[in-house]
Amino acid sequence: MYNDYKLELDDIDRKIIEATQAGLPVTARPYHAIAKKLELDPELVIQRVRQLQENGIIRRIGVVPNHYKLGYRANGMTVWDVPDEMIIDCGNKVGALDFVSHCYHRPRHLPDWPYNLFAMVHAHDRETTNQYIDRIANILGDANRQHTVLYSTRILKKTGMRIGNLQ
Amino acid sequence: MNEIDRNIINHMQNDFPVCETPFAVMAEQLNLDEEVLIKHVQALLDDGTLSRFGPLYNIEKLGGKYCLVAMSVPQHDIESVIEVVNSYPEVAHNYERDHDFNIWFVLAAETISEIEDVLAKIETKTSYKTYDMPKLDEFYVGLKFDV
Repeated sequence: MYNDYKLELDDIDRKIIEATQAGLPVTARPYHAIAKKLELDPELVIQRVRQLQENGIIRRIGVVPNHYKLGYRANGMTVWDVPDEMIIDCGNKVGALDFVSHCYHRPRHLPDWPYNLFAMVHAHDRETTNQYIDRIANILGDANRQHTVLYSTRILKKTGMRIGNLQ
Repeated sequence: MNEIDRNIINHMQNDFPVCETPFAVMAEQLNLDEEVLIKHVQALLDDGTLSRFGPLYNIEKLGGKYCLVAMSVPQHDIESVIEVVNSYPEVAHNYERDHDFNIWFVLAAETISEIEDVLAKIETKTSYKTYDMPKLDEFYVGLKFDV
């Protein structure tokens, strides 16, 4: 039930990942700058980055906006109780919505926690978040047996996940 | 925020080119000078509008185990439970939420048994139950924020 992926990476991949996980240099030739730092051939760095994209280790490359700064302040974790046999269909439908940033199937813990579909929604205010929740409810229809939304009230710890000892 | 900044945010969240001069390629798409684009991206990073620029890694594919965990703790005990939970380096982040299930944290460790071990210790020390909610399926990750 835990996530278990294994991919073959060599030392060059690991060096590139470690050198770029905090970001790329904002210069005309960023991959060349990385190559220089790592004393690698720039063509090799470019080739490896493309490979990392192809096998999904790199999800995307680009700018990451600070969503609070852009005015997205109502960020709710919506949770839904849908029949297990419909979870894939429900998850794909909800995940396709443009205001949903993360959509996962997670285990219930009955009777305390009946929800098995999680979707993070983002909006400028809670009124809009509620409209989004209504839209999800409409899309799920009868598959939605119950749902709720949890807003964060405090960040208690945020160290971020860094790639440490790569295997 | 001006038109250039808006364009950067709306069109540069995905598909930054992987080639010798990616800013030049991007600048042409956005109808800008390469130098102007670089300057604006740097300024948006400097003022915190962008939290980062570069590749976003799917760290679960690099080995390691991750698990979302929830706890339901009465208000009078919440601060001491938070202290216990946060004391473990395996706890990557932790949020308080407005629900009976009010503590939500992510555990990151090398192995499943390490995760189980930390959860057992937290339960012993706090005498509250931990609810592990590892991902079973991922339907979507990633959001485009438009401005």
